[in-house]
Amino acid sequence: MIAHQVKLAGRGKSGRDWFEVREANVSYDHPYDLPLEHALNIDFVNEAMGPSARVAVELSVEAARQLVKTIEAVLAEADRRGVLEDLPVVSVPARALA
Amino acid sequence: MYQTDQYEGMVAETTTMRGHNGEFINAYVARPLGSGPFPGMVVIHHAPGWDEWYRECTRRFAHHGHVAISPNLYFRDGHGSPEDVGAKVRAAGGAPDARVLGDLEGANTYLRSLPYVSGKIGIFGTCSGGRQAFLAACRLKGFDAAIDCWGGRVVQSKEELTPAQPVAPIEFTKDLSCPLLGLFGNEDKSPTPEQVDQQEAELKKHKKTYEFHRYDGAGHGFFYYDRAAYRQEQAVDGWKKVFAFLGRTLA
Repeated sequence: MIAHQVKLAGRGKSGRDWFEVREANVSYDHPYDLPLEHALNIDFVNEAMGPSARVAVELSVEAARQLVKTIEAVLAEADRRGVLEDLPVVSVPARALA
Repeated sequence: MYQTDQYEGMVAETTTMRGHNGEFINAYVARPLGSGPFPGMVVIHHAPGWDEWYRECTRRFAHHGHVAISPNLYFRDGHGSPEDVGAKVRAAGGAPDARVLGDLEGANTYLRSLPYVSGKIGIFGTCSGGRQAFLAACRLKGFDAAIDCWGGRVVQSKEELTPAQPVAPIEFTKDLSCPLLGLFGNEDKSPTPEQVDQQEAELKKHKKTYEFHRYDGAGHGFFYYDRAAYRQEQAVDGWKKVFAFLGRTLA
């Protein structure tokens, strides 16, 4: 098991509700649902809200690498177009977005 | 073997018990009806969490004549679905060994307090629970049989050690205090067959009583019928090995 955590600010949708995401837990470990022995797992969570505040994805290694490349490509293109909003996200309660 | 005219019955429910530092945690207990005496089993859930498979596993031990208790080793990490709580513990690098040992010792004490428990107690675990079963059999007294099913990280490199898991369990092999049964898949990546070799060499070195069974065509978690890792033939044979071992060690 390899597990890292990154602090971040964003929003995630779990079920019908959005919540404030404060951490992403990235691990290479046994997935819950993907039929592989190991997977790249990302949990977007808010630890202060309890274990159920979680948006989970489980990816194969190839899928994870493609995702990383795609995120970088999208950000690079947005930067080229001059539309990148490189500002820190202001933390506000998720209910304010509803 | 079943007889069609035999009586059988079972009670299974969640309860509370004192674990590490005397703190209350919850646990799932299943036992055959009757006054016994029955041997006890501590059933350690796997890393993904205290989930339905482990409820069924606990009842399976009761069905085979044991008073079985499965403590919720993630009790202090909050409540929610087993997957959500398990994911939280995964992010933290797993449950701390010292806390786990305290909870397993508490489960042993709980069983010993029951009037229908024989005094013989085994411990069983899969995945991280296999590692913890081996660790408990080395570090704690009061177990008469231990079953390690594909426990990864019994052998740990220095870079895998953490403040929560500061010593590789293999280092404690000399203190193993009861017979050990190990079940492993030869396609497993944690533990690898080479790591199982290392564990076995250490057991031999210290002249411990053990039996290892290694299955071709199986990887990690081949008992889990709800996962792709399930291997029917190997799992059926593995369960036979489990109950044969317990029949000898907890009689």
